[in-house]
This record gives sequence, structure tokens and C-alpha cells, in this order.
Amino acid sequence: MADTGISSSSGARGAPGSVATQATLPIARKPSRLFRNLASKIALVPMILTVLVIFVGCTIWTVVHSFTSSKLLPKLDFVGLAQYERLWGNDRWMVSIKNLAVYGTCSMIFSLVIGFTLAALLDRKIRFENTFRTIILYPFALSFIVTGLVWQWILNPDFGIEKVVRDLGFESFVFDPLHSDQFVIYGILIAGLWQGTGLVMCLMLAGIRGIDEDIWKASRIEGIPVWKTYVQIIIPMIRPVIVTSVVLIASGIVKVYDLVVAQTSGGPGTSSQMPALYVMDRMFKDQNLAQGFAASTMMLVAVAIILIPWAYLEFGGKKSRG
Amino acid sequence: MNTMTAVNTESSISIRDLTLNFGAVQVLKRMDLEVAPGEFIVLLGPSGCGKSTLLNCIAGLLDITDGQIWIKGKNVTWAEPSERGIGMVFQSYALYPQMTVRGNMSFGLKNQKMPQAEIDARVARAAEILQIQPLLDRKPGALSGGQRQRVAIGRALVRDVDVFLFDEPLSNLDAKLRSELRVEIKRLHNKLNNTMVYVTHDQIEALTLADRIAVMRGGVIQQLDEPQTIYNRPANLFVAGFIGSPSMNFIHGAVKGGKFYAEGIVVDLAGYEGGALIDRPKAILGLRPEHLTVTNTAVAGKTIAATVEIDENLGADSLLWLKAGDNQISVRIPVEDRLNAGTSVHLEVDMSKASIFDAETEARV
Repeated sequence: MADTGISSSSGARGAPGSVATQATLPIARKPSRLFRNLASKIALVPMILTVLVIFVGCTIWTVVHSFTSSKLLPKLDFVGLAQYERLWGNDRWMVSIKNLAVYGTCSMIFSLVIGFTLAALLDRKIRFENTFRTIILYPFALSFIVTGLVWQWILNPDFGIEKVVRDLGFESFVFDPLHSDQFVIYGILIAGLWQGTGLVMCLMLAGIRGIDEDIWKASRIEGIPVWKTYVQIIIPMIRPVIVTSVVLIASGIVKVYDLVVAQTSGGPGTSSQMPALYVMDRMFKDQNLAQGFAASTMMLVAVAIILIPWAYLEFGGKKSRG
Repeated sequence: MNTMTAVNTESSISIRDLTLNFGAVQVLKRMDLEVAPGEFIVLLGPSGCGKSTLLNCIAGLLDITDGQIWIKGKNVTWAEPSERGIGMVFQSYALYPQMTVRGNMSFGLKNQKMPQAEIDARVARAAEILQIQPLLDRKPGALSGGQRQRVAIGRALVRDVDVFLFDEPLSNLDAKLRSELRVEIKRLHNKLNNTMVYVTHDQIEALTLADRIAVMRGGVIQQLDEPQTIYNRPANLFVAGFIGSPSMNFIHGAVKGGKFYAEGIVVDLAGYEGGALIDRPKAILGLRPEHLTVTNTAVAGKTIAATVEIDENLGADSLLWLKAGDNQISVRIPVEDRLNAGTSVHLEVDMSKASIFDAETEARV
């Protein structure tokens, strides 16, 4: 839109209709493409720089240094794949991967299912809907550290759920996930779900509310049960909302860190290790930068392997879906 | 209108004493309506008059406060919508976007566990009637508005029901498609001979489609009659003003000794088709634009003197806006008889087609 007055060769050719007699009049020139939408382009420059320097630049820097033997300080003495061999030979890392798989799968499934169920229940025109929505969304306003501490206490056998149930008379009741090698990850999962499902519910509720009332009327006239309408008609219609939820949940899963720190610090032993925790510990506890970089590069690769084909299918093929 | 016990089993739909309250607001007021089998009833009225609400009550999508609804001799007042033997078509089409046309039409039947062969036969028949066979494997997103509404009608058709309910089905379409589909719905009704209840705010749709029109206002049926009667003998001032475009001319005055007096106007009411013309200090004379003729000669008691203000060419005919005293009057004239502004003319009144309303009760005399 900017009227620059700069003539370019393409601009002169852009007015073939001008005849010789009009040569004395100023000829309207097509502005150079470079200066079109100039204000928006200037406004975008900081973000473009951020993306290039911080995201792309630092990612490359990290990947490069994962092939070195950097300890406390980064240095460029390449050792090939040595850091990766160490990484995959490390029990802690293997436990982290296993934990992430369990936590990720359960968290994704339960967040979507519980979030949608809550949204569907709230959608049935209940009383005090706003109150319930606020209560369910409230944990989302807390930091992971607070959530972790709260659930550490709730799950503590000395004064948490176990204590309460035992006081009710069930003397042999045992519920102590945080001190069990096997179940500790589910203790973290409960806290994660408590914090995260509220947001998923709100997104889903917004999606459900956006659906034309007549769809419901039509399905009632046809005698389709409510649950079937939700599953077969409503869920496919709120697909974009579900995609958004999946992306949000997935990014939460990959970066889960503070919740583990606050609840178990990776314990008991190493049984609740997570990849992000492993990265932080190697980089700052062990002063082994290259090993941390190798682990974070593996996380990047894993995310890329899942994300790129999916993003291509979801957004690249949009035109063909009509 | 009806005694409490007598249920007319002849009726396809029978609504007795229906009342619906939303909180403290009474949306439908003690309404009675009998629809004969195969009849095409149009519920017509301005927005907020309760016409769609009444349709939703018939469909069972709204729980009523009081009264009864009978469909085909069965009391369905508290029956589920799916058990009432109705099909419904919505303004927004309400198609399931992720299913093909075939899927949309067969989803409800599949849900009833109907054999596949029967489903296929019904879908094929409906598709043939509505001429949508080539679209069966497409999704609603790939269809035009008119095609979508055809599919929505098809979805009601496969249910093989006796009663069809239409909730402003043509309102989302452009003018050309609207008139096409209007004819199509009429043709469909002639072919299937089902009972149809059709909600609209468009008087053209009402007049062209209906066997009987129910004109509604404020949750009350103002008049329930054949289109021609509604047009020529509107029961009250509201119906008279609502039906007809341009609207009926209303002249405020008084009836005295068989004559109508207004400022500068005296009209002899001989030949009026209606009730006894007792003297009324406040009355309204209603004249449709097409029931007035422009002449050059004044006849005492038969004509109204007026001055031309604006002449609107409508293509097929022309609309003349005149001033008679304080009253604005519109007259429909042939396009070749157009007149210039400022011309003084006389308007001949066809008293057999005029309406007189009592200004107090607003009812037709």
C-alpha cells in the first residue's frame, strides 16, 4: 500500500495502455513488490529475527555441540557419536524414555476422554455451569510446582488419601504411588491430569457450543441417542478443536519437568525420571553439557519424527479436503 | 373451540389448548389447531410471533406447559420426537458435514437397525423424487444451498412418515433458488400428499404453498383460513397489514349512515361484503393497491380525489403513491398508464373488495 514513488522497470511496463499523448501526465506506476505492505513487513522483522536467531540458531548450536566433548563450558572438539552411544547405554535415559511413553500415552488419552466427557456433561444445560467450569479450570491457573507439591501431600501416606481412608476404618488400605518404583509415574500422571484437563474441557466446550442447535434437533427427530450423537456427529464436527487440544497436550507431555521435580525429584531412585529432567541434570548438575545436548537433540528428533508428517497431513493437504 | 373430551380422529395433527411458558413469558396462549390429513398448513407471522416455537412443540423438541398434541389419532404430548411419526427440515439444513449425502439420509434408519436392503431402497426412492442421485456420494460441503436443502428434505423423506414439518426451509437461499425450491416443495406435496406444516415469514411462500394459512402474532393465531380468504377478508387490522405487498392502504375515519367519512373523503359503502354497517365514530377503511382504479371523472361517493406524488416502475406493473388529504395511498396500475407527479386524479373504489375495521377492536366488520 505504501506509495513510494520509486520506479522499477516492471512498474514502467505495468502500464501498457498509456499512449504517447499522455506522456506529459504522471504515469501511475505499479509499486515495487518489496515495498508493498511495508508496515506489516517492518512489524514482522523482530519476530523473524527471533525465530532465526533463537529458535533456528540455538537449535543448530545445540545439535552441533552434542557431537563434542563439552563439559562445563562449550568447546568444539568433535568426538563423533560418542555422546549418543553413552546416552543410549545409560539406564536413566532408558527409564526416562519408558516413563515418557507411559505418561504421554495415558496423559493424551485421559486428557481427551475426560476433557470431552466433562465438556459434554457441562453442555447438557446444567445449573451452575459457570461455577463448575471455573472449579474445573482452576488448577490450570496454578504452576506445576504448586500442583506437584499439593499432590505430593495428597498422595503422602502419612497425611494424604491413605491416612484418610485408614481413619475411616479400612486399616489395611494402601495407596502410596509416589514411593513405589512401579506406580510412581501414575502418581505424576494424576497430578498432570488434574492440572491439564480443565483447559481441554474448556476448548471442547467452546467447540461443542459452536455447533448449530438444529443438528441436535435433527438427531433427536431421527431418534439417535445422545451419546451416539456426541460420538458420531459432534466429535467429527469439532475436529479442529480436538487437533488444537492434541497439540497443547503433546507439547505439555514433551516438556514435563517441574511437575516431576516438585513431586518426586525423579525418585524413588531413578524410577520417575523424564527426558527433560535428564537433560537438566546432565547440563547443570553433572556439568556435562554435551551429554545434555545429545539428550535434547534426541527429544527434538523424536518430536520432529511425529510432528512433521502429521503437520503435513493436517495442514498441507487442506485444499484437497474441501 | 373444542370440547375437552372430543378428539377428532379425522385430523392428522390436532392441537388442543396448547400453552407454553418460558419462565414468566407466555409464548403460546391456549392454542387450538386441527390439521386435516394431506393438508398443507403454513404458519405465518413476524419474528417472535411463536410460529417456530409452535412447530418445535409439534415436533416434540420443546416440552409444553399445558394442553395436548395428537398426531394421527395418537396422543403424543409427551412422546419423544422420534416416536411421533414426523420428519423435519430446518432453515440451516442441519446436515451432518462429515457424512456423504447417502450417509446423511441413511444414518437415522441404520440407527433403527433397519435391514440394509430396505435402507437402500428408501434412499434410492427419495433420491429419485428429489433428483439428487448424482450427489449421493458427495459431502454436504461440496453442495450448493439448494442441493443441501434437497438432501435435508430427502432425509425427512426416507423416514416414510405422514407429517412433514418445515422450519423456514428457504430462508437461507437466494431469491431465484427460493422460488425454484418453492415449486419443488409444492410438487412434492402433490405427489406424496402428506400433511405438511410449514413455518415462514415470507407471505409469498405462504400464499403460494398453503391450503390454509395460520397468521400468528404474540403466540395467538389471528386468522386460520385459505390464502384467498386471508387476502380478501383479513380478520383484523394486523392480518390485513401483514399480508400483501405493498401493504393495504388504511384510511382512518368514521362510519355513519352507510357512508365512510374521513378528511376530504366520503365513500358510499354500498356493496360492502361483510357485517352490518352500524355507525362507528372510529373506523378504518382498508383498500388494497390493486383494488383501486385511476379515473379522470369524479363520482360522488364512489371516488377519492388524490394527487400523484411518486410513480414507481416495477417492471410488470407500476406503483402509484398518491396523497388524499392526510392519507398516503398506493395504487397498482398498468405500466403504460404511468402518471407524472402532481397530477390530480380520482380513485375509484371497488367496495366489494374493501375491508372496514373497527378502530377499537381492530377486527373486520
